[in-house]
Amino acid sequence: MSRSRFTRRGVLKTGAIGGAGLALPTYLRADGHSGFTNAPTGDTVKIGFNVPQTGPYAEEGLDELRAQELAVEHINGEGDGGMLATFSEQNLDGTGILGKKVEFVTGDTQTKSDVARASAQQMIEREGVIMVNGGSSSGVAVAVQALCQEAGVIFMAGLTHSNDTTGKDRKANGFRHFFNSYMSGAALAPVLEGAYGNQRRAYHLTADYNWGYTTQEAVQTSTEAMGWETVETVLTPVGAGDFNSYITPVLNSGADVLVLNHYGGDMVNSLSQAIQAGIRDRMVDGTQMEIVVPLYSELMAAGAGSNIEGVFGSMNWNWQLEDAGTAAFTRSFGEKYGRPPSNAAHTCYVQTLLYADAVTRAGSFNPCAVVEALEDFEFDGMGNGATTYRGADHQCFKDVLVVKGKENPTNQYDTLEIVEVTPRAQVEYAADHPSFGGADATLGSCNPGA
Amino acid sequence: MLGLNKKDFSLLLFVAFLAIAAPFLLNPFPASSSLSFLNAGYPALMQLFAIFAIVLIGFNILFGLTGYLSFGHAAFIGIGSYTAMWMYKLLNFNVIIAIPMAMLVTGIFALLIGWISLRRTGIYFSILTLAFAEMAYRLSYSVLTPITGGETNLSPDPVNDPMVLKSEGGLTVPHLFGFDLNAKTTWEVGSWSFTFEAGYYLCALILIISFYIAIRIFRSPFGMMLRAIKSNNQRMSYTGLNTKPYMLAAFVISGVYAGLAGGLLVAMDAQAGAERMFWTESGTIVIMAILGGVGTLLGPILGAGAIKYMEKILSSISESQLHTWLGILPDWLEDAMVYILANFFVGHAWHLTLGLVFMLVVIFVPGGLVELGQRIGNRFRRKKPDTAPSGETTPAE
Repeated sequence: MSRSRFTRRGVLKTGAIGGAGLALPTYLRADGHSGFTNAPTGDTVKIGFNVPQTGPYAEEGLDELRAQELAVEHINGEGDGGMLATFSEQNLDGTGILGKKVEFVTGDTQTKSDVARASAQQMIEREGVIMVNGGSSSGVAVAVQALCQEAGVIFMAGLTHSNDTTGKDRKANGFRHFFNSYMSGAALAPVLEGAYGNQRRAYHLTADYNWGYTTQEAVQTSTEAMGWETVETVLTPVGAGDFNSYITPVLNSGADVLVLNHYGGDMVNSLSQAIQAGIRDRMVDGTQMEIVVPLYSELMAAGAGSNIEGVFGSMNWNWQLEDAGTAAFTRSFGEKYGRPPSNAAHTCYVQTLLYADAVTRAGSFNPCAVVEALEDFEFDGMGNGATTYRGADHQCFKDVLVVKGKENPTNQYDTLEIVEVTPRAQVEYAADHPSFGGADATLGSCNPGA
Repeated sequence: MLGLNKKDFSLLLFVAFLAIAAPFLLNPFPASSSLSFLNAGYPALMQLFAIFAIVLIGFNILFGLTGYLSFGHAAFIGIGSYTAMWMYKLLNFNVIIAIPMAMLVTGIFALLIGWISLRRTGIYFSILTLAFAEMAYRLSYSVLTPITGGETNLSPDPVNDPMVLKSEGGLTVPHLFGFDLNAKTTWEVGSWSFTFEAGYYLCALILIISFYIAIRIFRSPFGMMLRAIKSNNQRMSYTGLNTKPYMLAAFVISGVYAGLAGGLLVAMDAQAGAERMFWTESGTIVIMAILGGVGTLLGPILGAGAIKYMEKILSSISESQLHTWLGILPDWLEDAMVYILANFFVGHAWHLTLGLVFMLVVIFVPGGLVELGQRIGNRFRRKKPDTAPSGETTPAE
């Protein structure tokens, strides 16, 4: 044990000197030597894949991760090249991005905004990534997008369906390939009209959070526009597990369509319980009662099993599409992992390629150059037909799929069938649409960071 | 010094040293080595270390001194965060307004929740606090969406928010009288690189002050009263003393500490979400306290650091990372080791490691990391048998 003695004078002196020494560097901002955050040096460039690996959306996250690894392989010239051959731009030649080999780091968002932000921050500060890709859930996407905007790196959102991501919370450094609630509503309405007529009465059960609200609003607006009536909308807690108490009132409400604005495990539970309650066997005033699920995913379909037979919903993409891009991607994903990719995986794969291509076209990793290259960028051959990244809100516009649960599935992946490919013109909207933040919503200006 | 005895003052200096030198202490491996992955000395994580240390210092005043186990402390972090965020949105981005307001508003909530919860003791008290926290979480996730942003979180919107105190062209990131808290500089020393960030040093400074106040509370007559309540509440009542005000004061102080931490979280990263109030977050705070050593001054800080380190570093170790580390082993052993580690200890399985460590600590060193340190210290000192036989921990030292 030391026998030091603290005198007031000594402590003050040491404190002052130490404090001054430590304060000095914070005044000398060592930024500005590279022009933008994490400018790649050497012959590699690092990108970050921030996806949920634990928690409610872990299945989706792990599938996204598989697709992203595949994309990196293809960009680096390994494997069969996948969509590089079908992509309308032919700038990527398998030598990485601008001659730099692509490396990646992964992070676990746990589907929590705080964790996702911390993980993205770790990637940016410690690993020096130039772009963050992926993620499930809109809350996480909006949170990480805002972080990337501040830090000055590009964010490519993964599975995020809420209007807000490219609506009121849009950011210049963020891009979304996935479709959104509004598009789901616009795509579903004509199909529902064709199948169930225009005299229906709808009852909505809605997950009690932002995504639920926007999805309900979109479906409600577009079905009411074609003559449907909305009987009642009921909010259900997230992760409730037991929805029976919400389903019983539906039976006697006089409604003949039940809309389940639920996602993930909630949708699997509510749908199964609705089927058990006999909703689809019920006749209301001589019409068969039906169920609609606005947003489908392969994993939910697998979870709900035979309950989804004949139930309509919408999707961003499906591996059963017959264009060359889809075939190439499904083949190389299937060869590597022995299963078809989900639509979340597709989005993350495509975004990685789009980013790589944008950097190549821009000739620079500078986020502002990349933003410029992606804005109003038109491309094809990535599975969704002709697609545009709109400059005003960084949302992709492309065809939307309306699918329904297959009546007689032949294997465990053959759960959904494509009913209609809704053409892009039908799901387009103005950039200042009131559901997307109206005229107040702006991207701000791109931030290259340092 | 500063009204502390020599031992306490050394402890304060020790904590101050840890806080100030963190960028060096947490960066032991040069950036070029493969072990650099284990470094924790980057600003975002150091901020979390400091902020959760503050939460735990406050939590320890309640749990460590009075023995009342609050299972809803995360709610106060959330309330502090939302308050600070609203200060940004309504007034301006100066944290000198946001942080004190976060403490004030959290204090009011703590008073209300404490006043109700403290009518019960033991498990009932814990359940009541848990219920309040869960209510806070559920409300902010759904009904209160206009105030809290719900699922998409609350974040400042420089274009549409009033921000009445913001001058034309003022900073739109958290700052202290115009000094950007994100300002940082990097020292390259050999193959080490040390990053110093203004925001972290603000956290560190507040941590040191918080720690100092906690020591004063521990050593004050008030602290003594709280310890008396812990050892026998009934006897205190029989002596004609109303213990309720003391308990409530301890609860509010502890809540204010958490609110301070919530405000700091928003000062470091302008974003507030409901998830930081989820009940697992409250649970983590309890685990941090127990892991570090309940009732000791230093323990909770160590516990907070240990768990945040595991959460961030252990969880991001991937299989390919393990392969680089274990590359010198024979192939079959390497693959087996990587398989076991990747599936049961690191990456997405880090919770298992945490559980294992927690079990070992609770079973073998119930006094937490502090007791472990003392035992190791005694082993090396070997001068005299320690006065207190190990296993029996004195409550507050």
